[in-house]
Amino acid sequence: MSSLNNFSLANALKGLENKDFSARELTQAHLDAIASADTLNAYLLTTSEQALAMADASDARRANGEAKALDGAPLGIKDLFCTKGTRTTAGSKILGDFTPPYESTVSGNLWADGAVMLGKLNMDEFAMGSSNENSAFGPVVNPWRADGVDEKLVPGGSSGGSAAAVAARLCLGATATDTGGSIRQPASFTGTVGVKPTYGRCSRWGIVAFASSLDQAGPITRTVEDAAILLRSMAGHDPKDSTSLKAEVPDFAAACTRSLKGMRIGVPKEYRVDGMPQEIEKLWADGMDWLRSEGCEMVDVSLPHTKYALPAYYIIAPAEASSNLARYDGMRYGVRVDGADLTETYEKTRGEGFGEEVRRRIMIGTYVLSAGFYDAYYIQAQKVRARIAEDFKAVFSKCDALLTPTAPSAAFGIGARNNDPLQMYLNDIFTVTANLAGLPGISVPAALDGAGLPLGLQVIGKALDEETCFAVGGALERAAGFDAKPDKWW
Amino acid sequence: MFTAERVADKSDWVSSPSGDWEIIIGLEVHAQVASNAKLFSGAATGYGAEPNTQVALVDAAMPGMLPVLNEYCVEQAVRTGMGLKAQINAFSRFDRKNYFYPDLPQGYQISQLYHPIVGEGVLEVELEGEDSINVGIERLHLEQDAGKSIHDLDPNATYVDLNRCGVALMEIVSKPDMRSAREAAAYVRKLRSLVRYLGTCDGDMEKGNLRADVNVSVRRPGGDLGTRCEIKNLNSMRFIQQAIEYEARRQIEILDDGGKIDQETRLYNTETGETRTMRSKEDAHDYRYFPDPDLLPVKLSAEWMAGIKADLPELPDEKKTRFVAEYGLSAYDASVLVSDREKAAYYEEVADGNDKKLAANWLLNEVFGKLNKENVEINDSPVSAAANRAIVGMISDNVISGKIAKQVFEICWEEGGDPQAIVEDRGLKQVTDTGAIEAMIDKIIADNPDQAAKVKDKPKTLGWFVGQVMQASKGKANPQAVNEILRKKLLD
Repeated sequence: MSSLNNFSLANALKGLENKDFSARELTQAHLDAIASADTLNAYLLTTSEQALAMADASDARRANGEAKALDGAPLGIKDLFCTKGTRTTAGSKILGDFTPPYESTVSGNLWADGAVMLGKLNMDEFAMGSSNENSAFGPVVNPWRADGVDEKLVPGGSSGGSAAAVAARLCLGATATDTGGSIRQPASFTGTVGVKPTYGRCSRWGIVAFASSLDQAGPITRTVEDAAILLRSMAGHDPKDSTSLKAEVPDFAAACTRSLKGMRIGVPKEYRVDGMPQEIEKLWADGMDWLRSEGCEMVDVSLPHTKYALPAYYIIAPAEASSNLARYDGMRYGVRVDGADLTETYEKTRGEGFGEEVRRRIMIGTYVLSAGFYDAYYIQAQKVRARIAEDFKAVFSKCDALLTPTAPSAAFGIGARNNDPLQMYLNDIFTVTANLAGLPGISVPAALDGAGLPLGLQVIGKALDEETCFAVGGALERAAGFDAKPDKWW
Repeated sequence: MFTAERVADKSDWVSSPSGDWEIIIGLEVHAQVASNAKLFSGAATGYGAEPNTQVALVDAAMPGMLPVLNEYCVEQAVRTGMGLKAQINAFSRFDRKNYFYPDLPQGYQISQLYHPIVGEGVLEVELEGEDSINVGIERLHLEQDAGKSIHDLDPNATYVDLNRCGVALMEIVSKPDMRSAREAAAYVRKLRSLVRYLGTCDGDMEKGNLRADVNVSVRRPGGDLGTRCEIKNLNSMRFIQQAIEYEARRQIEILDDGGKIDQETRLYNTETGETRTMRSKEDAHDYRYFPDPDLLPVKLSAEWMAGIKADLPELPDEKKTRFVAEYGLSAYDASVLVSDREKAAYYEEVADGNDKKLAANWLLNEVFGKLNKENVEINDSPVSAAANRAIVGMISDNVISGKIAKQVFEICWEEGGDPQAIVEDRGLKQVTDTGAIEAMIDKIIADNPDQAAKVKDKPKTLGWFVGQVMQASKGKANPQAVNEILRKKLLD
């Protein structure tokens, strides 16, 4: 039974339906895999008993012919999603043993569809990071290693735990969130599929907020079809989130095999950046060829404000974060470090409770919102954001979707880049634009580089047109024939 | 609408050794929106509940919780704006005002800085025995109230009650258009009357549901505006007036001594009647306002606004105009009668089918006086509007005199009962039967021949006979008839 955790989500659901195995067996296989993967540090907490109880309930439903869309599928949940009765940390010390008395809408949707919760996944603290080295609970280790090298690599971030767990077969799929690339970049680093839906497609209710106007939940899985299946259950309008979109959720899985004949795919010239590895250039060109052979027309397009995207992102996201994280003050829940007076209590609580990167972003955000700087930074960044959205709008009159690399590099070594925050921020260069414009994007594993590490291609679609992302992503997946998986060394 | 040019009446100037001063006042009134639920949560807003029993997850700023705008509060703000004849903004937005305090769980208050829901308007304020003044409204915006910090339960700890946290407030900002404590109080009174008419705030100042921050500065009459100080959180008309008067004198003393006023926020001590520094301009918070990304802008359609407008009740100014035009009342009497909706409705019931002026005088002189004296609200009056209507009707039909009417009112107040039955049963009906009066008069003349003889020379002594007849009739004889018959018999 040890190979039960190798199925794709779609095949596992078929196996359950065919009674090839039970949800309990499937869940137990994953719990066993998790138990032997402590080295990866992907899970912050495993909910074994609850998982088995949910699996048994699922088996009972299936026996009664009441199985739902995800019935019996064991999933991991990024620890940014509040889970009722299960500790939720956001990767931070400051929340202590905070145990929410409520369930996030997205995770609740999954349980309503019969999924099984295996546990909570490690992440960069408050989703701030691109390497998962900012977790208060230690870095996640990428299951992938370069050929013949023992160096531990980062899985990307901030959804590093989700990506690593999916790649290492520690769950069939995982929830994740993406504020500037936190789903797609780790997917690229771990050879998995990651989807950031249109802003508002998934409810933010019950997800610990990082930057409210950018945060969006999405799935990380091993196949494009799996991502489509999972997203369909996660998405939907939620009156508890004012920014949630009132839009029908289509059958994304059906879109994965849609014909691309006659489709126009834009290739933005601004995404050809200096110092990008040759292998990524080549992969991008391969991607174009694959799509051409599917009947697509490649269109050279320009997104002229792209170079301002990263600076604008690193103003807007910290500004919102500085305000969103004000509630962690030690007064009502989480950790409190008492001081001589109120001010000192705030200072100590927040000084000791938050990690370095979170403190840095709170300070940046506080600064850019301050009197005298607000216009020069925040307002200016919002103008850039509007220009970027206009760029995309203009481009989407000429093409149906965009093809770009997901990240400017493959996974790098733990500790190799964490001395220079600016260098780290460059990881998001191809992904932040979709967040700023609220557009859907998918990262699909497409090749291994010379060192044997996975690389991803990104497809960006029009607002609410995830279906085209899935269609193009599915074609890339088939053409790439990517079936590599990390050797189990842990 | 800014009327800095308006110079106060000389009687409102404050004199000091250096000469005369004029007080310039602007107000920020916080009016709690009458709504069962909070501005961004479904938690209840009732007053006096056990601490922390009316708190939704979002009010306590639990991780991942999101605000959802209560549309009824938006309606209430729009209604109030319409009552203030103000610009209603079809586009408005919520901003976060960031600061740390334990009774502010989110670490920010959701307010409207950049795009308030209501823009400029005007409020006509009546003053007793003076011309009314127009006070300009700068803006009205919606915001969340904070929780309550309780410092006096424990010497070493502060307790926090979040029941009030997130309750919707309307902040109504006036222009600096008031020139005396009296005008400021009259403004608040009128504003309170307006929101109560509209049903958008209960105006209960004792519960803090309507409270004011007062901006005070002084200048030479008609001169350049001075530096202002803001006195926070005044919750009674009396405190508003006292604080303004104290603060104006304080500023004048500083200026007379050659000093200068520091722009600052001050607190009023209700026990000493003084104001003291709360924080100086240098200590002012940098609130780092920015648009709340959890909320969408509020967009109001013209059609929706027209619907709200069509459903507005008749407001005090319109009612006043109608009372003057239709009922022939004086402007001031009308303004007193319309000052709250209940009084106006009570008046209209009393006046129905009666002489309108007589009804107004009866209420203003007799009924309201008694209610004030006994400290009874009009709706709790033991004498109903219908009973007063009957009393006024009997006065105008000459069934009873004004004097007897007061007696009947007192009986109704003390014992209850139907005024007509009381008049009937107790024989209080005015005697208008001239035969009966004549018989009484004849008897009195016969009993007092000497007095009767004198009347022709001293016509003023006729009054003595009137008194005798009224006494004999126990006040029930129609005074007019008595006079006429006496004249005929004694003077002709």
